[in-house]
Amino acid sequence: MTITDIPRAPEAPEAPPAAVRKSPARKRLVPYWLLLPGILWLLVFFALPMVYQASTSVQTGTLEQGFRVTWHFATYWDAFAEYWPQFVRSLVYAGTATALCLLLGYPLAYLIAFKAGRWRNLLLVLVIAPFFTSFLIRTLAWKTILADGGAVVGALDALHVLDVTNWLGWTQGDRVLATPMAVVCGLTYNFLPFMILPLYTSLERIDGRLHEAAKDLYASPATTFRKVTFPLSMPGVVSGTLLTFIPASGDYVNAELLGSTDTKMVGNVIQSQFLRVLDYPTAAALSFILMAIVLIMVTVYIRRAGTEDLV
Amino acid sequence: MEQYEPDSLSAAQVAAMRRSLTNGRAALTRRSLLRATGVGALTIGGVAGLGACGIPPAAREGDGPASTDFSAQEKRLSFSNWTQYIDISDDEKSRPSLEAFTARTGITVKYTEDINDNVEFFGKVKPQLAAGQDTGRDLICVTDWLAARIIRLGWAQKLDPANLPNAYANLSSQFRRPDWDPGRSYSYPWTGISTVIAYNKKATGGRKVDSVTQLLDDPRLKGRVAFLSEMRDSVGMTLIDMGKDPGKFTDADFDAAVGRLQKGVDTQQIRRFTGNDYTGDLAKGDLAACLAWAGDVIQLQADNPDIQFAIPAAGYITSSDNLLVPAKARHKTNAEKLIDYYYELPNAARLAAYINYVCPVDGVRDELAAIDPALASNTLILPDKAMAAKSRAFRSLTSAEETAYEEKFAKLIGA
Repeated sequence: MTITDIPRAPEAPEAPPAAVRKSPARKRLVPYWLLLPGILWLLVFFALPMVYQASTSVQTGTLEQGFRVTWHFATYWDAFAEYWPQFVRSLVYAGTATALCLLLGYPLAYLIAFKAGRWRNLLLVLVIAPFFTSFLIRTLAWKTILADGGAVVGALDALHVLDVTNWLGWTQGDRVLATPMAVVCGLTYNFLPFMILPLYTSLERIDGRLHEAAKDLYASPATTFRKVTFPLSMPGVVSGTLLTFIPASGDYVNAELLGSTDTKMVGNVIQSQFLRVLDYPTAAALSFILMAIVLIMVTVYIRRAGTEDLV
Repeated sequence: MEQYEPDSLSAAQVAAMRRSLTNGRAALTRRSLLRATGVGALTIGGVAGLGACGIPPAAREGDGPASTDFSAQEKRLSFSNWTQYIDISDDEKSRPSLEAFTARTGITVKYTEDINDNVEFFGKVKPQLAAGQDTGRDLICVTDWLAARIIRLGWAQKLDPANLPNAYANLSSQFRRPDWDPGRSYSYPWTGISTVIAYNKKATGGRKVDSVTQLLDDPRLKGRVAFLSEMRDSVGMTLIDMGKDPGKFTDADFDAAVGRLQKGVDTQQIRRFTGNDYTGDLAKGDLAACLAWAGDVIQLQADNPDIQFAIPAAGYITSSDNLLVPAKARHKTNAEKLIDYYYELPNAARLAAYINYVCPVDGVRDELAAIDPALASNTLILPDKAMAAKSRAFRSLTSAEETAYEEKFAKLIGA
């Protein structure tokens, strides 16, 4: 596994004849040539749209008059002042869903990585299986699961869970649909695999002998988890939370289908400004504000979590 | 990274890998890549690029080069329509009415179901239309407010009445004079849409729900009422209920109607504003009553006899989905032939019998009765005189009004 295990490389490929050797400049360029397709892809499908949106956000105009760049930066402030509740809501919902995903996903990933044995591949396929149907269908299925007279809501009601959630403002009366709880449930469900897979990858990589060593040193299972397993799975935790939180904070499908007027997220506002109100500058500004907020939060989070190594 | 030395590679490969990662200036680190890419992107994009962007103003027809009609040379036609909006054979492999059209005229039709939503479709075709380019579609089907907008922006081609004898003769009077296209110079309705009240008898305990007032005020419906996320349907129905005419209302009337709906939201009487997804909620009984589109109601009733509909005594909103030829489309005459074909009575009847929306063609009753007598007597497909008298259309809006109203409505529905 370490470099010492590798036999010495034969000399010939190490030092090709001088005639074949490429000039240092060309050699330096090789990696960039190899990366060219990827960089072009990023330019065309990421950088250019970003520039275009950045431009849109400082334009003013109407559909009839056309939109012109007037460097109207006030759009940013107006958009934020108008829609800050939706921003806060998006971050709270996405954060809650991410925390729930971690709580649900960690034990499952742990089970698959260490305890599943020959069922491991089957379980992994089951984690990914929902992706074989469309995102919309999966979300709509939650309408049936959480239906007003349905078994889930009936059980929650009988156990008086709804009394607690009503008091917290997560549900309303005897229903779950069209409330914040339904939206968070939908988000959690839809993004759970994005949490499980990175967690599994980093848990699976942990050397089983480390657990044996911990046991030899009289560590209890809890201590082993706290001092060995969890720290080593941090890359998975970080990338899992990022893969869950970032798309969840921009999601609008769950809020649209499972929510109500008071659960709309910033994604819904962007969609509505772009398509209904035709206020392209505000929509573009909102997108940039969301991106900035998420970027800042993620940077702080990665610094705090102390890992540069994502999976 | 530096500890990771895969054992599956050959020794030479591993050595090469280590060299490339560590070898001085040739080393490609993540940082140097990001820096290089970032600099490149900034140079290309740049502030100059920012300033150069923009959306050109909409050109009225005639400003740019005129659309050229290639119908005579090219016997084909590209028709974009909504999903499930045309007759399909039992094996779902062919569309009989379109095949008959091709057999008669020799014009092959490329039929695409790529319209799911007016606003999304507009977002999709807008860049090409705004740039004065062909969208690749010769005939599109959009709801009247969007048809009005496209005509207003000069993005539709004027139709030639000489090619539309049946359409001209058979269009029912209810649809003849929309204020956004008087005399139908640019558009012909594919179907009419009635916005009515639907309720689930089981969920209301057998009671009838037949007014917007009841939807908004009946405490027994609290939290189980939905309105539509289409501004014209929800606000229009509320305006009618308040005794206003959605065909001529003022800003103050609009604000009053939105205020009334807002109260319903604040008191949690209204559960949600829905698109087409109200159908599932209503069938399950999660919604007791809601605004609904008549065509959906007929199909829901077929599966669930508890679903009922009511026409409010004050009136109801009528709109239509309209066929338009977009600017720069290459086959206008072919498109006109297709429009006219669907205004021939047998073809109109066949279409109405299949899709169950309001038929905009006069004199189709006998043909429809021959297919299914029950459909011919269904007022949701062929409105009788009493019902037609109660129908109201939402007036067309100026661009400024449209933006202001949509913005207020967006606030109401939470986004």
